[in-house]
Amino acid sequence: MAAPAAAPTALRRTPLFSLHRELGARMVDFGGWEMPVQYTGILEEHRAVRERVGLFDVSHMGEFDVTGAGALAFLQSITPNDVAKLADGRIHYSAFLTDRGTFVDDLLVYRKASDRYLLVVNAGNTPKDLAWAVERAPDDATVRDRSSDYALIAVQGPKAAALMARLTAPDPSDLPYYGFRECTVVGAPVLVSRTGYTGEDGFEVYCRPEDAERLFRKLLDEGRPEGAAPCGLGARDTLRLEAKMALYGNDIDDTVTALEADLGWIVKLGKGDFIGRDALAAQKQAGVPRKLVGFEMVDRGIGRHGYPAKTAAGPGVVTSGTHSPTLGKPIGLALLPAPATAVGTEFEVDIRGRGAAARVVETPFYKRSK
Amino acid sequence: MSANPEDLRYADSHEWVRVDGDVGTIGITDHAQKQLGEIVYLELPEVGHMYDAGDEFGTVESVKAVSELYTPVSGEVVAVNKGAVTEPGIINDDPFGDGWLIKLKLSTDVEIGKLMSADAYGEYVREEEQGK
Repeated sequence: MAAPAAAPTALRRTPLFSLHRELGARMVDFGGWEMPVQYTGILEEHRAVRERVGLFDVSHMGEFDVTGAGALAFLQSITPNDVAKLADGRIHYSAFLTDRGTFVDDLLVYRKASDRYLLVVNAGNTPKDLAWAVERAPDDATVRDRSSDYALIAVQGPKAAALMARLTAPDPSDLPYYGFRECTVVGAPVLVSRTGYTGEDGFEVYCRPEDAERLFRKLLDEGRPEGAAPCGLGARDTLRLEAKMALYGNDIDDTVTALEADLGWIVKLGKGDFIGRDALAAQKQAGVPRKLVGFEMVDRGIGRHGYPAKTAAGPGVVTSGTHSPTLGKPIGLALLPAPATAVGTEFEVDIRGRGAAARVVETPFYKRSK
Repeated sequence: MSANPEDLRYADSHEWVRVDGDVGTIGITDHAQKQLGEIVYLELPEVGHMYDAGDEFGTVESVKAVSELYTPVSGEVVAVNKGAVTEPGIINDDPFGDGWLIKLKLSTDVEIGKLMSADAYGEYVREEEQGK
């Protein structure tokens, strides 16, 4: 058995680092951050989120304030989704795109007011995104990195609302999906949004770094009746994959367009000009040459990130793959030539030199019952 | 971690061998299963395969990682743990017992002497962990 690689030094740590250690987490390098990959085990933590409630430290995510009279027009010009449709207290999923329509990053846009927005970006992309946005900002819009002002705790699962209701004022249970408000959790000022990366109901709690450990402990403690469990990035990955949520660096990057990633719903060609619009309009007209689809293995084995795929219409590649804890079988996402992307189409995954049959399936792999 | 049984011999690739007459049983150590996490997939050879010491004989996958399995000794596969293929979690639960992987009819009794004792392997793991 090959020994796992040792973690390099000089990784960044979140305010919850020592608590993770205390809780017995195994730490790994994730985008330059030393993060918990698991506490008790990925399968168990995955189950905790699907059946009860899980707590995640996602403080490594980056946050930017975008403010000013020109903030709305600026965001309209640098993101593909229609920011003008956002009401105060609402959030949407969007992206920074290159002029080819490929991803600089995927992100969330929170509208606090018509001239105040919060952007939440991927940890590993934060410096790149900041430079990219600042460079394009007009005189009447300001981009400010707020990443070190926030710790972020995700509270995810069917019991998340019950737990949050007991500790939060006002009760956030009435927040709509992708809604947020500023409130307090056990007395600490926070921003709570009804968002997540797991396919379950849940909340993300943006707090001050100095409050993070107290909040995490309190949520864990108070969550005992709900069976709350600390969960690591390992379970976060299997949960998001079952929900078919893309992961930057795996499924999407600056070689994949928003349309190829099957994220056409965040591309509002009719809203006016934005970076990447022309390329995406042309691609929409011509049709995408390849598309991100979900697959299951037919033969034994797990198709993982980077494994080559062979279809009747040409080569493709697996972008994500794992054992699905909920379905109990291997699942994954692959970029395949468009003619090979219909549900039911069989193709072959090269699993370390062995050709294994796989089949395109409907996604998401898992959808929670409302 | 649970103790490495004294009657086994250990390889630096974290497999163990139990010798019984001219048959060697091979598995992965408790340390190895802990490093991998919950094992969800196991690929093993058919009975009759011949291996030289150091050859890859299969793969073990956890949710997060894939690892190759190497035989520390040479020989012919005479038994494969089908139960572990069906329920790979057994390797996590009982790595030195029911979680065994394959049995080889040993080609030589020389190789086994080159492997580590339980004490030496324990020391090896400690050093490897400190190297991180």
